[in-house]
Amino acid sequence: MIVRLLGEGQFRVPEDLLARLNELDDEVLRAVENGDERALWDGLQALAEAVRSAGTKLGDDELVPSDAIVPPEDLSLEEARDLLADEGFIPDIAVRR
Amino acid sequence: MPGLMSRLSLIFRAKFSKALDRAENPNETLDYSYEQQLQQLQNVKRGIADVTTAKKRLELQYASMQQQVDKLDGQARDALKANREDLAREALTRKSALQTQLQDIMAQGQQLEAQQQKLVEGERQLQAKVESFRTQKEVIKAQYNAAEAQVRISEAATGIGEHMADVGLAIERAKDKTQQMQARANAVEELTASGALEDYTASGDDIDRQLKQISQSGQVDDELAKLKAELGQGEAPKQLEGGDAAEPAPAAEPSQASEEPAS
Repeated sequence: MIVRLLGEGQFRVPEDLLARLNELDDEVLRAVENGDERALWDGLQALAEAVRSAGTKLGDDELVPSDAIVPPEDLSLEEARDLLADEGFIPDIAVRR
Repeated sequence: MPGLMSRLSLIFRAKFSKALDRAENPNETLDYSYEQQLQQLQNVKRGIADVTTAKKRLELQYASMQQQVDKLDGQARDALKANREDLAREALTRKSALQTQLQDIMAQGQQLEAQQQKLVEGERQLQAKVESFRTQKEVIKAQYNAAEAQVRISEAATGIGEHMADVGLAIERAKDKTQQMQARANAVEELTASGALEDYTASGDDIDRQLKQISQSGQVDDELAKLKAELGQGEAPKQLEGGDAAEPAPAAEPSQASEEPAS
């Protein structure tokens, strides 16, 4: 599975990391719902750290789309809400994994 | 409800696959896509240059504000020497407020620095990816039939489009951050330059609130005491040799006497 850390690059991570990533992703979502910016940053940092430590960075010449994208670690609550509010024009289809 | 991660990849995919899916002739699509990438690469370089320029400007401004801090410190000393504790307090209050702001701006500047390094790295990666795309497209043109080429290249183009969007987003964020810092630096500079602190009390802005906190806290008192000690003035400030106009002349007649009959 390919995961992109925004502002940093793409990583190839083992499939079995997915469950852990989803868990952390849920924490990030909860932080946004609770309006807790500190928890949001902690969650994003944990996500990025999980990807970095379990994954290997893709070569510069590799041209593949990512299966999941992790926002920057200093994403503000406002930016996070904007991303989540995009439901309107982004079709809610399942992501290829 | 999908999380942030999957939602983000949806947004990226939707953006970059549409145009390619519509194209009919793979070879044309390849060349067109490559031209677009070269153009984007130029945009990215320009974006980074803009951020760098803005950051330099901010650094200059920061340096001049640092000078202002030194100047206020000198003013506080002069005021104390002239036995004007009120003025010294005012100067130290402003100095303290300015320093707080400067520390904030400095911390933000360090974040910006980190963002900028990532930008440069992202641009280097993009350059390598565009070059890789160029090579791949020539291979695909020569070896694959149209349908196969279409599939292969649309993956590659989506991958590279994703990276372009990534760097583009990073540039936008760095620009926003620079603008925010610029706005704050301007506000602080204006405040200290105008000398009219009272004007800002009505708006109740950040700096004003901080000013109040500082003058209430012991910070200014402490610094005032330190300055006094440095200047050799003890608990009770002693008179300077030059004398003081406010000091009552010993020979003066009691003024009350002349004032009383006036009622």
